[in-house]
Amino acid sequence: MRGESDLNGSEAARGVRITSRGWGWRHAGRLAWAVTDLDLMIEPGERVLLLGASGAGKSTLLHALAGVLGGSDEGDQRGELLLDGRPPTSERGRAGLLLQDPDSQVILSRVGDDVAFGCENLGVPRDEIWRRVPEALASVGLNLPLDHPTSALSGGQKQRLALAGVIAMQPGLLLLDEPTANLDADGVDEVRDAVAGLLDHSSATFIVIEHRVEVWRSLVDRVIVLSTSGGVVADGHPDVVLAEEGAALARSGVWVPEHPPALPGREWAPGDRILEVARLTVGRVKDNPVCSGLQFGVRAASGTAITGPNGAGKSTLGLTIAGLLPPLAGDVRAESSLRSGAAEHPIRWKSRELLTRIGTVFQHPEHQFLAATVRAELAIGPRALKLPESEVAERVDELLQRLGLDHLAAANPFTLSGGEKRRLSVATALATRPKVLVLDEPTFGQDSRTWQELVALLAELMVQGTAVVAITHDRQLVAAIADREVRL
Amino acid sequence: MNSTFEEVNPVAKLAAVLLMSLCLILSLDWVSGSVALAFEAVLLPLAGVPAKRFWLRTLPVWVAAPLTGLTIALYGEASGVIHVEFWAIRVSDGSLELAIATVLRVLAIGLPAVVLFLTVDPTALADGLAQVWRLPSRFVLGALAALRLVGLFIDDWRSLEQARRARGVGDGGRLARLPGQAFALLVLSIRRGSKLATAMEARGFGSDIERSWARTSQFGAREWMLTATGLIAGLCALAVAIATGEWNFILG
Repeated sequence: MRGESDLNGSEAARGVRITSRGWGWRHAGRLAWAVTDLDLMIEPGERVLLLGASGAGKSTLLHALAGVLGGSDEGDQRGELLLDGRPPTSERGRAGLLLQDPDSQVILSRVGDDVAFGCENLGVPRDEIWRRVPEALASVGLNLPLDHPTSALSGGQKQRLALAGVIAMQPGLLLLDEPTANLDADGVDEVRDAVAGLLDHSSATFIVIEHRVEVWRSLVDRVIVLSTSGGVVADGHPDVVLAEEGAALARSGVWVPEHPPALPGREWAPGDRILEVARLTVGRVKDNPVCSGLQFGVRAASGTAITGPNGAGKSTLGLTIAGLLPPLAGDVRAESSLRSGAAEHPIRWKSRELLTRIGTVFQHPEHQFLAATVRAELAIGPRALKLPESEVAERVDELLQRLGLDHLAAANPFTLSGGEKRRLSVATALATRPKVLVLDEPTFGQDSRTWQELVALLAELMVQGTAVVAITHDRQLVAAIADREVRL
Repeated sequence: MNSTFEEVNPVAKLAAVLLMSLCLILSLDWVSGSVALAFEAVLLPLAGVPAKRFWLRTLPVWVAAPLTGLTIALYGEASGVIHVEFWAIRVSDGSLELAIATVLRVLAIGLPAVVLFLTVDPTALADGLAQVWRLPSRFVLGALAALRLVGLFIDDWRSLEQARRARGVGDGGRLARLPGQAFALLVLSIRRGSKLATAMEARGFGSDIERSWARTSQFGAREWMLTATGLIAGLCALAVAIATGEWNFILG
């Protein structure tokens, strides 16, 4: 049962009213409820920023509103959650949902077809689809030919493409689930501006989840804060809620401009050079250099930030410094203090020799997890060093405690939250006490609490003599830990 | 014809190749394979694949065919005059004839299959399968979307390899690491797959509403002609084989 006004496309979809009465949801196979006792009323056309600590069930609520939580085999429901008085699953298409990961939202191989996909699923007639598609693309500022390959888009462009796909469905409820968490600063602006442009001409109800408050603050007229123990903590005008709850929100990990995370003191003193990069050319595949003529040194007990736009070769340089990717030309040379018996070039080292010399934290923690439990994951490095079991256990326990992972020791690494995964991936590298630590975008998409913990940890490592090399877009991180910045 | 072949409904291309191949696998003889190859020599150039690309992509077929032939010549069922005998190797008139028949057959089935994949746009094929052949759209579109993830697997694999080196477990043989790494890739792909499924559902995929199609998929005279050509090529190959008495039914 869809309104005629949506199908003929001559008028914009009207906003949806959301009613939640004692609503709750528990994912199948879990003991704890993701959301409980939610009482809420959102009027048509309201623009809401949804906040809450990680684990408060924000994403679950958005998925439920979009009707994609699944049926009773996917979980248990309590109470009721209604769109215009009807359950979301019977109102598919009334709500459009934009998710976090740009890569997994591209569905088809050509831009036009991808935007048309949602309309097809809603049974929109062909002529009407091809009228809506260019309109939707224009409204998010993607001026590309319809047969442009979607694989050639940047992260920000992919998110705007997915947004166009949602807009073309003319939803009465627009839901954004951390749409900019995986984007660099330019990408964040692109997507935010596209949404701002849309809201100017729309009467749709709008809900966004985002832990960086300043990105959306000017576009919303209401902030709702969910509690981890169920229900709503605060609800009202953004200025009022942030004034009353700002400090508490900041403690729970929300980035509130008035309450920035604390920075550690600069108590480290850079030592001697331990790694040298000379006339280096890097690339992932032969014959395809992405960056050349690189020249710098890395000193013990210091912070080096590698920055630059997307595609400049930052990650590639990081992998090359870390001894994981051979240089296409030039050298990465370890000084004798770092070498301690191994060859001159890190790429010649054995995998086991890398462990105590250069540790790497990958951008996507999932890529580096090997074990079935957090505890076993941390033991992999020390065991590869053939340390005695007592020492392995000692190191693992120390790291579990230091990074606040002890209650998760028996959990599967893949089931952790984003912040926990990040902490674990750093801990796995620290377990073998490398003299150089290379981190690829360590603060990407992290909440302010994880950010603060991570920065404090890096500062502590530098005080102890570790050289930290961070590839990052994050200006705050550069300001907090870098002694020098290598800009590509 | 070159420009229009691109536009022919991929379903017709698929049907033509399938029908011809079906005829060819019924018999194992050198005549039907030769006749089919003769047809292909005339028809395949019309597909408009640039020569360099054609030879490069069909190279595996050109390598595999003689290797298969060699194996059959050496170890195939022996009959007639035996030319060489050494351990398990027996090269005879019969095994040589089988070998030639096999080489021709691998080429006759392999070459058009490769050309088919070179000239077919996956999106258009999916449209055709769902709209012309009425296969369930959930299945067809799910497969189409999953196809796009294949490119990401290659990047994932590279990262997994680097991560293992960084974690201190990258020494030792690649072969020994293969099962663990393959499992890790599987886990990653399932996660990617379920994310993609959610993204598709978020755009109304899998709802009860009857789907419309943004792109048409037509099956007209041109498509019937191509399909018939494939069938005729296959039937001619069979007919000539039977007429010359070389017909050798595989189940017979």
